[in-house]
Amino acid sequence: MSLATILQHCLTGISLGGAYALIAIGYTMVYGILRLINFAHGDIFMIAGYLMIFTMADFPWYIAIPVVLIGTVVIGVVIERVAYKPLRSAPRMSIMISAIGVSYLLQNLATYLFTALPRGYPEVPFLKKIFQFGSLSASFVTFLTPVLTILLVILLLFMINNTKIGMAMRAVSKDYETAEIMGIKINSVVSFTFAIGSLLAAVGSILYFTDRMSVNPFSGALPGLKCFVAAVLGGIGSIPGAVVGGFILGLGETFLVAMGYSTFSDAFTFVLLIIMLLVRPTGLFGEKATEKV
Amino acid sequence: MIKKSPKILLNIIAVAILVGIFFFLQQNKTKYGYTISILERSIIYAVVAVAMNLTNGFTGLFSLGQAGFMAIGAYTVGIFTIPLAAREGVYYINGVSDVIGKIELPFIPALLLGGFFAALVAGLIGVPVLRLKSDYLAIATLGFSEIIRAVIASPQMDLITNGSYGLKKIPRFSSIFIPFILSAICILLMVLLIKSSYGRAFKAIREDETAAEAMGISLFKHKEISFIISSFFTGIAGGLLASYMGSIDSGTFRITLTYDILLIVVLGGMGSVTGSILASFLVTAGREWLRFFDQPLMIGDWQVPLFRTGFRMVIFSILLMMVVLFYSKGIMGDKEFSWDSFLGFFKRLFSRKQKVNGGVSDGK
Repeated sequence: MSLATILQHCLTGISLGGAYALIAIGYTMVYGILRLINFAHGDIFMIAGYLMIFTMADFPWYIAIPVVLIGTVVIGVVIERVAYKPLRSAPRMSIMISAIGVSYLLQNLATYLFTALPRGYPEVPFLKKIFQFGSLSASFVTFLTPVLTILLVILLLFMINNTKIGMAMRAVSKDYETAEIMGIKINSVVSFTFAIGSLLAAVGSILYFTDRMSVNPFSGALPGLKCFVAAVLGGIGSIPGAVVGGFILGLGETFLVAMGYSTFSDAFTFVLLIIMLLVRPTGLFGEKATEKV
Repeated sequence: MIKKSPKILLNIIAVAILVGIFFFLQQNKTKYGYTISILERSIIYAVVAVAMNLTNGFTGLFSLGQAGFMAIGAYTVGIFTIPLAAREGVYYINGVSDVIGKIELPFIPALLLGGFFAALVAGLIGVPVLRLKSDYLAIATLGFSEIIRAVIASPQMDLITNGSYGLKKIPRFSSIFIPFILSAICILLMVLLIKSSYGRAFKAIREDETAAEAMGISLFKHKEISFIISSFFTGIAGGLLASYMGSIDSGTFRITLTYDILLIVVLGGMGSVTGSILASFLVTAGREWLRFFDQPLMIGDWQVPLFRTGFRMVIFSILLMMVVLFYSKGIMGDKEFSWDSFLGFFKRLFSRKQKVNGGVSDGK
């Protein structure tokens, strides 16, 4: 492989990793607070893709994108309220099964509403513009993804460390019950967490699907699982960890595909997960906690 | 409370009625082909559901690797039972490897071999994975299931598994009794295991690992046993599924298959064998009963708007969400079916009706 091809693959990998990172943050935040693998997160990401298709059909991109972001946030919060909130005090297995149920429902709903055939993803003109740097060429979205990811993460970290709601989120994730006794409104904190997770998933979906050009009802399932793995790699509950995990997966996968092992690119993710869980169960940036593994 | 001998009599009558129904269906095979196919699928799913219940419901290990183990069983059966004459036609794109190209096994040995392969893989996977807990275990087993699928579909395995083209012309069941008898044996063996001292150790681990360990139960050994045996039967069920479907490819064994089984287990009740069996019939048949939702429905000249392809699965998933949210114990909870509770249920139903009719309540 020549240097130029390697750089080209790096660029693709980083871009894919950025999108993964944005979704992984949603997993890591929800897990940090509720100790729940939100299996439906990947499907929220898929629904965001469909929302974009339908809003772009009637509106220009500068209206469509905010509509998609808001729509996804609403869906995410409603799912939390309907499917997870009634199970707050139930065993953890029940709430996880509920999450699997939601994922199943969203996939079936999407199949029903939009048919199982892939739909073309609309092009946002400025995102698709091709840039040329020497022998490297890539569309604007490839460059935008990592930059936007880093920017959003910095904003998010600022919010978590310096605002009142951020402080409440940290308190809830440290100790759920004590936080409640101290007067923190758990339900609004959880809803807020889901809102942020869904917002980032929507941004991730726009960036991811612009590169892939089509959406089908199952296109959220595998990326969803992969992003959960990214979150575990980085250390669940840690936002910078999720970002690093996302980039590792994106790069690793791109290089496997480039070397011709594309059938193993999905398996690679899980091999990485299992190695990580055995060697360092808390992940790269995870806090030490004995109860997890 | 019914005395023991009438209970045995009731069991015998129930089995006799079932056998009678099967004979009837077998005799009118062409007429009831659809019913037979639903029943066969149900009983195969029941085996997987009971096997999943063994790890998830009885041992408290949240494993989601079922689809992968089913794939191993199914492919083993497929590879070894496709008639030698038909091999050329099945592997027409890549050719078949010399080793397996000449071996043809009867159905039962192939089935057992599939179970053993699944158990072997489970044993290997179990060593690292069973150290993990709850959701980490779930994700790791899910991951392994996906890896198994990727390996089966990979071009490197073309000569053995026919890669992504899948296997065709797997001999089908010659009669409805084959899947039912085999499945009944599998379920019976698992029930015996659950009732043995191992089964009690599994339950102890589910309730409290630390306490179980303090009582001298080796955690790792018992978790591994539970996982291996569950995978063995999952593999067998996979083999049965291969023979049921006649043609398989790696797409059959996606994660959604595991989810389907999980939903059966949850609906039947975690920790109830009879619940799992009942639920697998209900879910499989329910999916067919709800099929009318997929057809356009006309009332007079007006077409009901919601009815079209896919609506059935939406209804189905909403029903399942309802169960998870409002009825989380499932049909049976962790209890087993017994004639006492069965008759008690009707008695209660009857007395309630009487109350309504009489309009008098005794204040209870």
